[in-house]
Amino acid sequence: MGEALLQVRELKTHFFTDLGVIKAVDGVDFSIERGDTLGIVGESGSGKSITALSILRLVPSPPGKIIGGEIVFKGENLLHKPEEEMRKIRGNEISMIFQDPMTSLNPVFQVGAQIAEVIMLHQKKRKREAWDLASEMLHKVGIADPVQRAKEYPHQFSGGMRQRAMIAMALSCSPKLLIADEPTTALDVTIQAQILELMVQLKENYGTAIMLITHDLGVVAELCKKVLVMYAGKPVEYAETDSIFNRPKHPYTLGLLASLPKLDQVGKHRLEPIEGSPPDLNNLPKGCSFVSRCSHKKPECFKFSPFGRYLEPEHYVACHLYN
Amino acid sequence: MPDNQAVLLEVKDLKKHFPVNKGIIFTHQVGVVKAVDGISFEVKQGETLGLVGESGCGKSTAGRVILRLLEPSAGDVIFLGVSVPGLPVQELRKIRRTMQMIFQDPYASLNPRMSVGEMIAEPIKIHGLAKGPEVEKRVKELLHVVGLSPQHMGRYPHEFSGGQRQRVGIARALAVEPKLIICDEPVSALDVSIQAQVINLMEDLQAEFGLTYIFIAHDLSVVKHISDRVAVMYLGKIVELARYDELYKNPLHPYTRALLSAIPVPDTRARRERIVLAGDVPSPLNPPPGCRFHTRCSYAKDICCREEPEFRAVQDGHWAACHLN
Repeated sequence: MGEALLQVRELKTHFFTDLGVIKAVDGVDFSIERGDTLGIVGESGSGKSITALSILRLVPSPPGKIIGGEIVFKGENLLHKPEEEMRKIRGNEISMIFQDPMTSLNPVFQVGAQIAEVIMLHQKKRKREAWDLASEMLHKVGIADPVQRAKEYPHQFSGGMRQRAMIAMALSCSPKLLIADEPTTALDVTIQAQILELMVQLKENYGTAIMLITHDLGVVAELCKKVLVMYAGKPVEYAETDSIFNRPKHPYTLGLLASLPKLDQVGKHRLEPIEGSPPDLNNLPKGCSFVSRCSHKKPECFKFSPFGRYLEPEHYVACHLYN
Repeated sequence: MPDNQAVLLEVKDLKKHFPVNKGIIFTHQVGVVKAVDGISFEVKQGETLGLVGESGCGKSTAGRVILRLLEPSAGDVIFLGVSVPGLPVQELRKIRRTMQMIFQDPYASLNPRMSVGEMIAEPIKIHGLAKGPEVEKRVKELLHVVGLSPQHMGRYPHEFSGGQRQRVGIARALAVEPKLIICDEPVSALDVSIQAQVINLMEDLQAEFGLTYIFIAHDLSVVKHISDRVAVMYLGKIVELARYDELYKNPLHPYTRALLSAIPVPDTRARRERIVLAGDVPSPLNPPPGCRFHTRCSYAKDICCREEPEFRAVQDGHWAACHLN
């Protein structure tokens, strides 16, 4: 175990809207060590992406505001840094790749130019050198004929290649931490397999820590060492991947695993969905946010929201069943 | 599973080619995209046929051509003994009542200016299935069937969550008492926990109303779960067709094998050998000669680059198009 590269403590990001305060992220704790992979899973609206944006301080403000907690990266609290210094960290020490590479690449600039821009800005390289490095990065992520390809525009790339270009850009300054927000959701399974393979290689070769946000539990099982399960802005379970999949504790995690169709299942069986739908963040129920859908609910679940505790040294659960 | 049921739909060598034109005034054709290029299969009454493949393989186009939402370029679709492509418009409308479609994005396929009640009532009125107060009764019944409450009638699509919207889409498809429903990626846009609810609902409805489904999706575990038989498409052609368990246990085509091995499995103890296909799907504008998969196939031989493999029954009920078999 190395020292923690990133430590997030009690992070709270709320949105102040006309309809009231929306607690998108409400008390999230986790840490990532060097070269580690953390998966964050949850349904849409559970606060996974806002957690990522908060780390980079990219939450649109107003209406969003980080109202509490600490984000300690390499021993320094990012929340106390002036904007000037944050700019030096983004894309340099912490970089991010997004779900849809078409909307995050600029359509009117050549792909090489967009990668070179990052290199020129953070590493103070000349244009020529930066372009050379850009095509080298494209080569590293498996794009054939990188020198020619660097001169092309995003629309000339296929979906998988665009995502590769995004990864090349994100890794061009050898960041310590890569935040990947649903990096393979828009891709076909065969292309997804290529991208996942690539991320594993990069992690092994450069020791980059990866924070992977996804709703696909299969991807998590293959790639991550630890998993954080979020529900309605709160962490509900946090443990090693192995414990989450083999000894899940929280009813939500149990429900998620039961609702997946299994590929190796013999014969036909019925899926066991989680009934109901995620709560409206604007109008959260009193007590536990999951209570309306939970099959193990007890009277106290309606009254108090559960405190999180560690059942095993590395297994955090927030549920009344275990109190 | 229905083994000796009557054949409901027969698709024979169906093709859909899109011309690619250049020029504004003096247009001329510069190429043709063979989106669907000769697919044949049968669907039995009460069966679910899964259609899987990567984006751009022509699976959605196939669904649309079968319903004649797009005119086929060649081939035949025989539904209940009637050839659909040749039908005059009047007749087509009658037969459309018995075949419906559910779309991927329920927000884009529901009219935001119509209330849910109006939307479900519309097909009932058009096809004259009920009149006056009967219509409302029927709409309420349908909402109940898909797990929504009658109070939802006056609400608009934006007031619903993704899963509920998909339920509205299903209710609308059911309104005309169809026999066949083509489901184009019906659960891909939904969260995992909601996805399972919608899949269960579709299975219940199938059992209750004896529906036949063609289930188009890219998620192989979902397709395996819901289908009786599965067809795998690659660049406009079906490369393999078999019973769901047979296909997953004993895939014959190298593409099916690669596709299956590429799926991440939510189980930390199951570590499998993964076949990573190099490169992307070739452009359908200029598909490779011979077997279309040979550019990415690790078993490709000389013959694969020259001759197109025949789609034939390799084992009983297990069809594949590959020179290796």
